[in-house]
Amino acid sequence: MDIFFQQIINGLVQGSVYALVALGYTMVYGILGLINFAHGEVVMIGAMIALAVLQALLAAAFSPVLAVLISLMMAMAVCMALGYSIERIAYRPLRNAPRLAPLITAIGVSIVLQNLAMMIWGREYHAFTLPFNSVSHQIGGAIVNDVQIGIVVVALIIMAGLLWLVHHSRMGRAMRAVAENPAAATLMGVDINRVISNTFMLGSALAAIAGFMVSVNYGIVHYYMGFMLGLKAFTAAVLGGIGNLRGAMLGGVLLGLIESLGAGYIGDLTGGFLGSHYQDVFAFFVLIAVLVFRPSGLLGEKLAERA
Amino acid sequence: MNLLEVKDLKVTYGGIQSLKGISLTIAQGELVTLIGSNGAGKTTTLKALAGLLHPASGKVNYQQQSLLQIPAHQRVASGISLVPEGRGIFARLTVEENLLMGAYVRSDKAETATDLERQYVLFPRLAERRSQLAGTLSGGEQQMVAMSRALMSHPTLLMLDEPSMGLAPLMVEKIFETIRDISAQGVTILLVEQNAKLALEAAQRGYVLESGAITLSGAASELLGSDAVQRAYLGA
Repeated sequence: MDIFFQQIINGLVQGSVYALVALGYTMVYGILGLINFAHGEVVMIGAMIALAVLQALLAAAFSPVLAVLISLMMAMAVCMALGYSIERIAYRPLRNAPRLAPLITAIGVSIVLQNLAMMIWGREYHAFTLPFNSVSHQIGGAIVNDVQIGIVVVALIIMAGLLWLVHHSRMGRAMRAVAENPAAATLMGVDINRVISNTFMLGSALAAIAGFMVSVNYGIVHYYMGFMLGLKAFTAAVLGGIGNLRGAMLGGVLLGLIESLGAGYIGDLTGGFLGSHYQDVFAFFVLIAVLVFRPSGLLGEKLAERA
Repeated sequence: MNLLEVKDLKVTYGGIQSLKGISLTIAQGELVTLIGSNGAGKTTTLKALAGLLHPASGKVNYQQQSLLQIPAHQRVASGISLVPEGRGIFARLTVEENLLMGAYVRSDKAETATDLERQYVLFPRLAERRSQLAGTLSGGEQQMVAMSRALMSHPTLLMLDEPSMGLAPLMVEKIFETIRDISAQGVTILLVEQNAKLALEAAQRGYVLESGAITLSGAASELLGSDAVQRAYLGA
């Protein structure tokens, strides 16, 4: 039973990260109908920037708490600029092109960013540890540390904030209007290019936070880390119903739990034939199952529109 | 004084010249209608004026300023509002959110709230349904949302594209009553309609558009009585 609670905790932590990244995919898809495959790389760049800034600040004898906060802010700022630029340079010129063109461009941007990161930070793994102790707590046989609690709490606050922004602010209203009918939104005086840029920047800021979280959780960053994380977050977005914010949140947490429980029990279930390193298989098994049985995702129900 | 002056406007749409050089003027406070059969270029004219389509050539002056270089989303702030064909409401936003989208370019919060209440007095049906998703409303109610949303931007020039389309006769009457009310409040209106009789009865002046060119124009009452209009649009 211990392993069950432990895997639930691990799943919630990883699921929180998936949810934040999945939100970036789903917001862009909701507005442009585009799968921004470069989004995973934005997460990676966020982690790399955070690490670089953190190390520099600690070397300059900044206080640990201040250094962590500034490095996170810097990562968010750089990622927002990156997200803005990706849309401006790679996607906007293709706004009216056939759907395949921006999709292939997205994969291209992803490869460019990966290679850029490799040139700057090298191929090796870099250790990413917080400059303060993370105390471990025993909860009913399972162990959870401060970092993990922090990840889940911060993710929850951010998700609540995002839902408020999208559903109750003027900017969020404009985002939903553009997503539904760009021409009509233009007639209301909405500059749709600005709304699209804002959406990319918002998603990228979440990606930076997620990159920071996943790095401190695993204690490691690598130029290739965004690829698998991006694919899984995309899976989570599809699971919840792509284009749907609550769906991305639910899908992210569910995928984290499925993966974690799957990895925890796959050894027992197969008599030791398959080990926990098969964890990645679960995500893509889920993706295939969703696409076969419920292509619109868990919450992706379409509202009937009357003429 | 003329609020809007259109001179020799040409629009090419998908390789076809859909407006072959039309000219029209609308004075401040007037209710002018543009009638014509399907495909005559009525919607194209409105879209070009709203900035959704870019004309190939011609002049469009609004309040003595050229409009052509101004992007569509900035024309709203200068008082031009289009209620598009098919209404263009946001089905997944509530009725109230739709109306607030109409006030998107305005920054006066308190006055926006007052205006919102004014719309609910004008359309009590919308007040009952303010928190309902607009997509669940009937066609007539959606037309009310679309018009009321346009009014929320405080338009100087309100353009309506086929407001009676697909509505029950009773609802058409209600919509035209509202158009007259809005006009009486001093808003300049350019009304595009297939229902020529209703449109000419409501308007002061009219233009007849045929295959991208204006073939007739004049006082609405004269057009209503003219043989050509009678034959072509009123089935006499």
